[in-house]
Amino acid sequence: MIVNEQVAIDHGLKKEEYIKICELLKRTPNITELGIFSAMWNEHCSYKSSRLHLKKLPTKGKQVIQGPGENAGVVDIGDNDAIVFKIESHNHPSFIEPYQGAATGVGGIMRDIFTMGARPIANLNSLHFGSPQNKKTKNLLRGVVHGIGGYGNCMGVPTIAGQTNFDSSYNGNILVNAMTLGLVKKDKIFYSKAAGLNKPVIYVGSKTGRDGIHGASMASASFDEKIEEKKPTVQVGDPFTEKLLLEACLELMAGDSIIAIQDMGAAGLTSSSIEMASKGNLGIEINLNKVPCRETKMTPYEIMLSESQERMLIVLEKGKEEKAKKIFDKWNLDFAIIGKTTNSKKIELFFDNKQVTDIPINTLVENSPMYDRKWKKAKLPKKNKIKKEDLKNLKIMDVLKKVLSNPNVCSKEWIWRQYDHTVMGDTIQKPGGDSGVVRVHGSDKAVAASVDSSAVYCWAHPLTGGKQVVCESFRNLISVGAEPIAITNCLNFGSPENEDNMGEFVECVQGIGEAAKYLKFPVVSGNVSFYNQTKEVGIKPTPSIGGVGLIKDYKKMITMDFKEVDNIVLVIGKTEGHIDQSLFARNILDEKNGPPPEVNLFNEKNNGETLLKLIDAGHIKSAHDVSIGGIITAVAKMCIKGNKGINLKKPKYLINEIEYYFAEDQGRYIIEVSNDRLKKVADILNKNAVHYDELGTINDGQLFINEKSKITIDELKTSNTNWLKDYMNK
Amino acid sequence: MKSSVITFPGSNCDRDMDVALKKFGFKNKMVWHNDAELPKSDLVVLPGGFSYGDYLRCGSMASKTKIMKSVVNFANSGGIVMGICNGFQILVETGLVPGVLLRNKYLEFICKNVFVKIINNNNAFFKNIDIEVLEFHIAHNEGNYFCTNDQLKEIEDNEQIAINYCDKNGNTEEQFNPNGSIKNIAGIFNKQKNVLGMMPHPERMIDPFLSGEDGSLFFSNLINNLK
Repeated sequence: MIVNEQVAIDHGLKKEEYIKICELLKRTPNITELGIFSAMWNEHCSYKSSRLHLKKLPTKGKQVIQGPGENAGVVDIGDNDAIVFKIESHNHPSFIEPYQGAATGVGGIMRDIFTMGARPIANLNSLHFGSPQNKKTKNLLRGVVHGIGGYGNCMGVPTIAGQTNFDSSYNGNILVNAMTLGLVKKDKIFYSKAAGLNKPVIYVGSKTGRDGIHGASMASASFDEKIEEKKPTVQVGDPFTEKLLLEACLELMAGDSIIAIQDMGAAGLTSSSIEMASKGNLGIEINLNKVPCRETKMTPYEIMLSESQERMLIVLEKGKEEKAKKIFDKWNLDFAIIGKTTNSKKIELFFDNKQVTDIPINTLVENSPMYDRKWKKAKLPKKNKIKKEDLKNLKIMDVLKKVLSNPNVCSKEWIWRQYDHTVMGDTIQKPGGDSGVVRVHGSDKAVAASVDSSAVYCWAHPLTGGKQVVCESFRNLISVGAEPIAITNCLNFGSPENEDNMGEFVECVQGIGEAAKYLKFPVVSGNVSFYNQTKEVGIKPTPSIGGVGLIKDYKKMITMDFKEVDNIVLVIGKTEGHIDQSLFARNILDEKNGPPPEVNLFNEKNNGETLLKLIDAGHIKSAHDVSIGGIITAVAKMCIKGNKGINLKKPKYLINEIEYYFAEDQGRYIIEVSNDRLKKVADILNKNAVHYDELGTINDGQLFINEKSKITIDELKTSNTNWLKDYMNK
Repeated sequence: MKSSVITFPGSNCDRDMDVALKKFGFKNKMVWHNDAELPKSDLVVLPGGFSYGDYLRCGSMASKTKIMKSVVNFANSGGIVMGICNGFQILVETGLVPGVLLRNKYLEFICKNVFVKIINNNNAFFKNIDIEVLEFHIAHNEGNYFCTNDQLKEIEDNEQIAINYCDKNGNTEEQFNPNGSIKNIAGIFNKQKNVLGMMPHPERMIDPFLSGEDGSLFFSNLINNLK
């Protein structure tokens, strides 16, 4: 095939980019080379629109062992233990083929984790679907959930937490973000940097097929009406092979044979070989006839761009080939020596005794395009004036029932019951709480993880939204008694070529950065997913934040269920009555404008750290952060989980009762304290200048407000648990 | 007491079972599917997971492995064998216990706590457990036990039903059946009652911080029964 400008454009490259390639090579690339350039230079692999802004994120901290730039981030949790974690998107493929798209998303992120030598110990996911009324939503949801379960359950890794949201902005572009945590010994972490000349380059895992060719390029473009034609770009997952690959890799890693290892994820053999060589400042030579292929007559182009799953590339110590082969034979996996490291600083590919590729590596990596895209700053929207008479006609218990059964608040048990969340025998907090918690096997420690997003806030004001979502992650960890360590982010946005969308990206990243810096909650890994749009319509800006924290003594873990009758319930943090962009405003008053709640980082940090002290001292019986739906939603969920009631009494504030209970002011937690500890707790809160209100006393069966209105816990449960089940079974 | 846990490619509850057995005093060995010889054992466990990816019928590939010949011989000579979840599926494929395991009635994977009622405690597994209802944990996609009417009659006549799904008070109505299994069956024995296949995972219930502690009761009782 003759390569020209049109062929380059068909590969998703821009005209200027094609010209630059010809200049760098001082000749026209052949088709294999063009394929390699298009894979390395697309948005997904090159981060060409985002790199400039991502640099501003805080990535260092006293517990950070590895920040962004490797397969995943690594943090120190003491005693020579480290946690490896990352979140990644698989949005585009999941919309085209929900089961396989979601399954391979889970498979891909787990591979990133065990590539670094860590055994995966927990999976999480953040899902966003279109409006429930949209005719595609139900099938997409079912397919994605089955896909996540199908892969994760087979791998034997528990799925411990997640979130699922619905909003019409995802009608044409769903979001499937998968996160994995792995456990590794600090001195046994593996990296992707090749070193040494003439070292054998080994291919292990599944055979290469024609599936997923140009998957990463597909993920770097918007959708149009021809979307169905893209089905062949979706990979097909084989969790069984991945389970074997995991065990075989960990077995090989127990020795000292591996110099560098990289999984073949986006852009397959292309990006894995180039990344290893680039990091080691080396060249790499591969004989493509040696690559195990599933189908006959595959061309160099297809072999290099296939995104077949469950494959790894390894640079091995010389002389260890036999030992390594034995392990992969034992696990019935392909093992092939396909090339070697060189000092050419080029990628050189051979096929049928002819050289088919000769590209200097720096042209693919350092010289890849980087854009300073135009972006528009968002204005803070004006506050709405809520008419008091609108509120007067509302019955608070009716509103509460509506809020609890809202698709974005209701119980997601229908989803997480399909995920094995108890395998590995260390899950001590299951899905449905503030964070999932797994023990560090055989120790007193436990790791908490949560994944959050607040697209509505980010849409209303990206800077505030970016900050808020980091704070929410911080709160979710603290609510279970975990000390927050670090985050991973999955940045889902529309087209970076659109100034508004680019502005949303820039300002969300700025917000994330400010909050992460202030809270000492650095970003250690992540990914960017642009072009989540169909034709001209983009999604709401949706950064998903995966937070990880440590509980030093797992026996001190806190859960959100109310524990004991007569205990006192407090809310920590000040309630100002911020209604704009709350679930109440958007869904009950149908008011979609206004600013999101303000984020005060000092209060977030102070309130959170004070609560951690209270938990550590054993003063807290249960805790839950206040998020969408406000105080009363949080309290109702604690009632449901604990099968207890509460007598609520609104403190004497100037604001209206509805505003008090449904406002979404930030930095707040609900806590349960026994009577004999109340004074001590109040003293500590006062001493640390943490505002609190006393909300009421726990009883054994009903939720009362001011002794007037009441609702039974069974009614609350019905509102909360039925919506999703009914929706899916209709 | 010596136990052996067989690891097939795709087993993923093998470690959990190892942890549980050791916690309650067994000297456990992990045995690779490709080994021909079973170590000297008082108990052999086929753990949960997705042996061979469950790509054919669940358990069918694993039932044809080298080690399974030894396990079948061990069982036929009276040795105590327990298959949990995928292990149960492997047992039915070997024919050591009758019946088959179909896809769950609602076509969904189910991970949750369930109650089971002990139907027959005159055997090494449940003897001396003095309560009737246990809280166990299930996590499976194919746990819908099925057999022919003739088989069912035989199973009932021989008192081969081990445990049935029920509510916390031991009521075994259909509504307490999570997966559609015939007669709410959650676990069955072979005729001689030295082989038990069951869907629930007692190894996930060995600690108050996990899903519950009835697994602790089960294992501590089991080792005493085998002594």
